[in-house]
Amino acid sequence: MGWIGDTVDSIKSIQIRQLLTQAVSLGMIVTSALIIWKALMCITGSESPVVVVLSGSMEPGFKRGDILFLHMSKDPIRAGEIVVFNIDGREIPIVHRVIKVHERQDTGEVEVLTKGDNNYGDDRLLYAQGQLWLQRHHIMGRAVGFLPYVGWVTIIMTEKPIIKYILIGALGLLVITSKD
Amino acid sequence: MCAMASLSDNLNSPSPTSQIQILNINWFQKQPHGNDEVSLTMNITADLQSLFTWNTKQVFVFVAAEYETPKNSLNQVSLWDAIIPTKEHANFWIQTANKYRFVDQGSNLRGKEFNLTLHWHVMPKTGKMFADKIVMSGYRLPEEYR
Repeated sequence: MGWIGDTVDSIKSIQIRQLLTQAVSLGMIVTSALIIWKALMCITGSESPVVVVLSGSMEPGFKRGDILFLHMSKDPIRAGEIVVFNIDGREIPIVHRVIKVHERQDTGEVEVLTKGDNNYGDDRLLYAQGQLWLQRHHIMGRAVGFLPYVGWVTIIMTEKPIIKYILIGALGLLVITSKD
Repeated sequence: MCAMASLSDNLNSPSPTSQIQILNINWFQKQPHGNDEVSLTMNITADLQSLFTWNTKQVFVFVAAEYETPKNSLNQVSLWDAIIPTKEHANFWIQTANKYRFVDQGSNLRGKEFNLTLHWHVMPKTGKMFADKIVMSGYRLPEEYR
């Protein structure tokens, strides 16, 4: 009868060790992703180095679901650049083109007006109450490159959170049941 | 894949050309808020066919007036823009009034010399976007409001 107890004990210890190994593997994967994200932030100099296009205001150039790569340099903002900016009080950043620039002689500060390529009017309606121009501190980055369709994953996961849970559940299952 | 597409774009050496004529100053006034505003009609011709590659989705083109004032070292005001979807559309001629208001920050526009720049922004099917411009100088606004 003793050997049954021994077998049960040994099985338990293997399971605990496996569980711990897998927890560490999962932790490593999450940490690597975080490191890559932070590195991207450092390299591109932007708070949010990648954004997903959420609206059709820049069509046909950018469509909903496209991903934009951002870069922010100290270079002055100029007309024609596609910038990503935040409006006070709005949480979702907007990606539109700069159509007017006024740069001050004394301070070098700049006042900028933007417009979506596919919109009829400029963005003054989107700015905060009484705000006529954007300043540099509103701008998070310039769009320098893009990848079509890939952002749909993020959109679906935000708009249908159940999919996010299913995905995480499936990933979790995969990690736990893998032989490694 | 994205990077390779962009690499092939870099091999392209484009040679776009353009000319802009100001046909008429429609009106030129100081608005109630104190800022000068001018309405003008332009003749814009351009050949941007050399910008298109297999990886080009569209070319965004715009004309901006650029000038300096005592308060501002640079003012860039977009007057007109268009999207060119294909190479066939890229050799064009258009006569148009300014699509966007040419308004100064202040009233510095009388007799003002300015440049007209034709900018293009090539948007790829995937990868890096690139942009450049042609600067045309020698334009001047009237000395008096009209």
